[in-house]
This record gives sequence, structure tokens and C-alpha cells, in this order.
Amino acid sequence: MDRFIRLVGRDLRLAQRHGFDSLLVVVFFVIAVVLFPFGVGPEPNILARIAAGIIWVAALLASMLSLERLLQADYEDGSLELLVLSPVTLEVIVLAKILAHWLTTGLPLIIAAPLLAVLLNMNVEGFAILILALLLGTPTLSLMGAVGAGLILGSRRGGVLLSLLVLPLYIPVLIFGVGAVDAAIAGFAFKAQILILAGLFLGTLALCPWATAAAIRQALE
Amino acid sequence: MDRFTGSDLLCIRGERMVFTGLDFEVSAGGALILVGPNGSGKSSLLRLMARLLKPVAGGMAWNSEDVSDDPDAHNARLHYVGHMDAVKPVLSVAENVRFWAGLRPNGQADPVAATARALETFGISHLADIPGRFLSAGQRRRVNLARIVASPAPLWLLDEPTTALDKQAIASLEGAIIEHQRGGGMVVLATHAAIEAQTPSVLDLGDFEMAEVA
Repeated sequence: MDRFIRLVGRDLRLAQRHGFDSLLVVVFFVIAVVLFPFGVGPEPNILARIAAGIIWVAALLASMLSLERLLQADYEDGSLELLVLSPVTLEVIVLAKILAHWLTTGLPLIIAAPLLAVLLNMNVEGFAILILALLLGTPTLSLMGAVGAGLILGSRRGGVLLSLLVLPLYIPVLIFGVGAVDAAIAGFAFKAQILILAGLFLGTLALCPWATAAAIRQALE
Repeated sequence: MDRFTGSDLLCIRGERMVFTGLDFEVSAGGALILVGPNGSGKSSLLRLMARLLKPVAGGMAWNSEDVSDDPDAHNARLHYVGHMDAVKPVLSVAENVRFWAGLRPNGQADPVAATARALETFGISHLADIPGRFLSAGQRRRVNLARIVASPAPLWLLDEPTTALDKQAIASLEGAIIEHQRGGGMVVLATHAAIEAQTPSVLDLGDFEMAEVA
């Protein structure tokens, strides 16, 4: 456990020293969302109708943006090799890296989301559910994305490949994330969607560290 | 006394047989020096020993216990120095070394002191607070070598450790290797430079190549 914290701490410190890199993700998120009122027009009713969808799609894209660096930097300088050779089980190392990724990208997105919801004139009823859904959804995105990040190790133009691999997998999270918020705004029950999001999170939590570790071992051969 | 052995190892890289029928043995306090022309499989053998590669045939054992039975235990007893130095550009030299030392369960109780001693060994104490991005290639290699000195492990796998090192640093490395052997450690070393070690045995990988089929 002590070493797990050490691993998370290292990645957080690296992110903090790189400073601007993790800020970029949030800035991208904000800009992507702000573009929509310009594109579809400033009609408040239309914006309110599509607010949840816009925020979720932008969050998916933003969280994907930073995935390429999740393992690639360590792969390029040889650190990944040494991490695989450290006495800590690789699956645990992967989980620590995913947690650090979520803390530096997912969490800032959740903090920025309510602000953007106000900007898009989203109904206030949906705010709490939006945050709850993002809290369950963004870790799932980081977990699924890690598998993609492991698979693209060593390939050139990995970033484009990564989006092709990962974005289709994000669709269930998008559907139920938006569904929960829309249901809450319309006054319907939203428990089912939240439970499915929680299920997706737990499922990926169990599976993705293994898959990522296998992809890393494969890449280092 | 600890023994690390491999028997009848077969390595294939990219559909080319690198070596076949290779046996090796290192025991506590011993050194094995891998020699052979470029492409004869020195690095591949070291990566096999570290289990980064899987042998196509043959097996390796630590005290006659198969190393693939408990991969984490095998990782805990080895240090590997590869072609890349794994020095993070934004972390200071001391932070880099301390992180790797802290990941090992058999590290000293005090990783800070162990790091300071390891930096001293390779004459880079004055660089402790310098971020990795300002280091030269030789200094980065010294940091990588300080990493393996900072936490004890019985088996050192060194792949061309003298790359980019100056004479003084090579002398420090030789000192560290002999110190390591005195403490019962073993070293496997792939190198083209002459490195002093105690009671070295030499394994020429040229002997295990397949005869070219015309």
C-alpha cells in the first residue's frame, strides 16, 4: 500500500512539474464546450436541451487527449521496463497510474463541468446528477483508455490509433451518462442509468488493469 | 549459497534464431561476462534473465526453483540496467534514485540516506538537486547506476553499463561491482570494454549461433 501511494505520488509530481500539460485538458474541455453556442446559435432552449450531451462528449474527448502520454513517456525513456521489473505487481502499478491520470484529468473536468452547465443554460435539476454521473463515468474512461494506451505502445502515430480504439468503447458511458442527466431534468427516475454507470465502472476496474498489464508485457517483448 | 542457472535456452527474435542450446550458471559472488559480436544475443540473453523476454525453449532456475513460478520474487532479487537510463527530466537526480529505491521491499529503512550514499559512490552528490533534463549522457548513466546501488538485490544484469562513462566513472563501477560480489551478489555483464570483476567467467555467445544454412 505504501508503494502504491509512492507510485501515485510520483505520477502526480510528474504532472505537477509539467504543469501546463494537465491544465491543457481542462482548457480544451472548456473551449470545446464554448464552441457549441457559436455553432448552434445562442437560443437558450436548444442549448438547455443538448447541454448534457455536449458536456459528456467534450469530457470524453478531453480525457482521451491525455491518454497517449499515460504510458508512452515511461515507455520511451525506459522507466516502463524498470516498472515491469520492480517487485510490485504490474497490475497494481497500472492501477496507480490510472488513478493518477484520473486525479489530474478526470477530477478537474468534474470541477469545471457545473460552470459549463450554467453557460449552456442547463436545468438546475440536472446539476447534481451530472456530477454524480461524471464521478462514476470519468474513472471508467481512464480505465478503458489505459488499455488503449497499452496497445499503442511502440507504434508511430499512436494518438490517432488510440482514438479509433478507445472512442467506440466510450459509447456506453456516453449513453448512460447523458441518459441519467436527461432523466433527472425531465423528472423521471434516473437510478437505473446511475447503477449501470456504477456497474461499468466496477467491471472496468476489475478487467482493465489486467488487460493493460498484458498489453505492456507484449509491447516490451 | 545462491545459484542462478539457465539450461538449453532458445531465443528467437523476428523469426531469426539468435542462440540455441545455451546454458549458463552464476553463483553467489560470481560474475558472468557475455561477449560476442553485435547481434549475437547479449542483450536478448540479459532480457531473458530479467524475464522481459520469454525463452522459446529451455528454462531458468534460482536455487533449482523455476523463476517463472514466482515472477515478483524474481523481480525483487534483480537489478537491470538496459540501454535507456529511465531518468525523468523533471525530477531531480535524488528524486529519481529515491523513487526506485523506495519501490523495493528489501531496501534500507532509510531511502534518503541510501540515495545519498549511492550518489556519493558515482561522484554525483553535487548534482542531487539538479533536474534530470540538464544532465549529460554520462551523468544520466551514473544516475541509473546509482539507482542499483541504492537498494540491494543479489543479481545485477548490466547491459553495456559503460556506455558514455568516463574512466573515473568506470573505475567507480568496477569498485561497486567488486563490493557487490564481496557481499555475495552476482553480476551478469554484457560489454565490449574491459571491466574488472572478481573471478569472472566468460560466455561467448558466438558459440551458440546456428550454422548458416546455405
